[in-house]
Amino acid sequence: MSKPHDFDARAYWGATLRLLMVTLGIWFLVSFGAGILFREALDSIHLGGYPLGFWFAQQGSIFIFVGLIFWYARRMDRIDRDFDVHEE
Amino acid sequence: MDLKTMTYLVVGLSFALYIVVAIWARAGSTKEFYVAGGGVHPVVNGMATAADWMSAASFISMAGLIAFLGYGGSVYLMGWTGGYVLLAVLLAPYLRKFGKFTVPEFIGDRYYSDAARVVAVICLIFISFTYVAGQMRGVGIVFSRFLEVDITTGLITGMGLVFFYAVLGGMKGITYTQVAQYMVLIFAYTIPAVFISLQITGNPVPQLGLGGSVGDMHFLPKLDKVVTDLGFAKYTSGDKSMIDVFAITLALMAGTAGLPHVIVRFFTVPRVHDARVSAGWALVFIAILYTTAPAVGAMARYNLHATVNSAVTTGGDVFAPEASLKGDERPGWMQRWEKTGLIRWEDKNGDGRIQYYNDKSKNEAFLARAQAAGWKGNELGAKGKDGKFDGKVDRDIMVLANPEIAGLPNWVIALVAAGGIAAALSTAAGLLLVISSSISHDLLKGIFVRNISERGELLAGRIAAAVAVLVAGYLGYNPPGFVAEVVAFAFGLACASLFPTIVLGIFNKKMNKEGAIVGMLTGLVFTLGYIVYFKGIFIEPMAKNEAANWLFGISPEGIGVVGALLNVTVAYLVGKVTAPCPDHIQHLVEGIRYPRGAGSAQAH
Repeated sequence: MSKPHDFDARAYWGATLRLLMVTLGIWFLVSFGAGILFREALDSIHLGGYPLGFWFAQQGSIFIFVGLIFWYARRMDRIDRDFDVHEE
Repeated sequence: MDLKTMTYLVVGLSFALYIVVAIWARAGSTKEFYVAGGGVHPVVNGMATAADWMSAASFISMAGLIAFLGYGGSVYLMGWTGGYVLLAVLLAPYLRKFGKFTVPEFIGDRYYSDAARVVAVICLIFISFTYVAGQMRGVGIVFSRFLEVDITTGLITGMGLVFFYAVLGGMKGITYTQVAQYMVLIFAYTIPAVFISLQITGNPVPQLGLGGSVGDMHFLPKLDKVVTDLGFAKYTSGDKSMIDVFAITLALMAGTAGLPHVIVRFFTVPRVHDARVSAGWALVFIAILYTTAPAVGAMARYNLHATVNSAVTTGGDVFAPEASLKGDERPGWMQRWEKTGLIRWEDKNGDGRIQYYNDKSKNEAFLARAQAAGWKGNELGAKGKDGKFDGKVDRDIMVLANPEIAGLPNWVIALVAAGGIAAALSTAAGLLLVISSSISHDLLKGIFVRNISERGELLAGRIAAAVAVLVAGYLGYNPPGFVAEVVAFAFGLACASLFPTIVLGIFNKKMNKEGAIVGMLTGLVFTLGYIVYFKGIFIEPMAKNEAANWLFGISPEGIGVVGALLNVTVAYLVGKVTAPCPDHIQHLVEGIRYPRGAGSAQAH
């Protein structure tokens, strides 16, 4: 595992952790937030025939998780390239 | 063609498919045996992960659980999918960069300690064996119900098949058979769901149908009305406390991310980038089933009530005598499934009609009206453990009998049987592989017989897999009474032991071996102790399992979260007062944090 030249490991890890916090923030908000903590309040709003909080708990959170992982992977690719530690 | 012949044909064809795939993809080296050669495409790996992950419980039981829990079932939906976000962000890419074969190997190397590796093997074996016993039981049950052979015959057939492709094929064989099994199980799950959604809401997409309409009303409010009219709790809100829902969801998420048989799937892809993307693909394939399940559950519940009480759909008087279904006119599927004991009718008031309602309702006015109507208790349930009437319809029937309830053709029913077996077999194979590799690679090659040859290690891996199949089969045949319960607790243990220790190993480079080992043991012992205290595995429970006795109001299902917090806290405290982590290990941790230079997985 040879370290690339001029690699600013501290800055790279900082950028990685910032993206991680944002990703986990969204992860928390759509499941624990919308699906559990604020469900009752959200249930007064309707999405088609779904009470919104119930929708987040049984459908929405899952869809958002899927999109979130792909979004995270793309942002990580960009960080890897910016710091020139991406794979060939 | 009659149903039985059709079922034999479809299940037989699916078995033939798995065997052909297994022969084509058999393993020739330890690298192929442990990580499928390390060159699996991320989409293929995603599909294999989905099959690996979705067990007999996901396929057979989950929709039924949701049907009777309503909103409360959300803990499984969010808990068993949200874990993939944690995997993608916290674990998979870094463990892939580390580039070894097993989870205990990472823990042993990262914490420079054979003791840590052994503790990890113990956690892994405990988690995986409890889980696999449930799968073998699932295979046996599907065989006995659809093919009308006894559970033992079903079990032996399933064991033989898993033996064949897990022992011969290793990770490579498993990966490609899991892809085939995913196809079978997802078709088997979605086809009945599409039909049932179409019948009730007129919308062929179950995810939209659940939010659609029935008659001039939205489906969910209608279902709420149907179940509350019969004295049950409102469907779209639950009766669990918020803190417990919170804790269970979090424990299932972290537990998912800490399950060894799921983690190792990400060792099989070529690059770090692929590990991240592959987690996304795995969740795509899982989400197809997991977003369908709530629709299946809700609609099956609706169908069941509508079948038994004709007034619930029209909004008429549910207490009118003629609203209740005449016992003699009950549908054929009900009579057929009565043989299995999953559903049972007992005419308590002797009126020849079936009254299905919540006789333990908290609504006094409802109970008074039921009594006035001459109802003498709920009459629809299942055969209880003691052989007597138990007033709860078995939740598994919601998926197993669904195609019959919806009046679908025989080939769909046969497909559901094949799908249930596929779900159980794919998970069992993945679990057996991590058990065998932890023995041949971690214990033998890693600690006790370091100079073992590649051929010797491969042979040891195969023998370990064979022994594991036999033990799993025995546990499936003769389940210690707690198996079904413990499957859910495997998540709590993974959440409290392996998950925090791996995450700390990556994100805190100063964490030392003393902290990790004591932390892991604390999490494991606390969580296991709490579960035993309330559930009484091997011994009598020491306290009644109810909210008033729970720590912070958290049930044993969710206690893994507290165990994980204890693990981390203890690890930090012990780490502070013991020898610091050596420099070369800190460099190793820095090395796994960026992707470049990740070769495919290496032995040493």
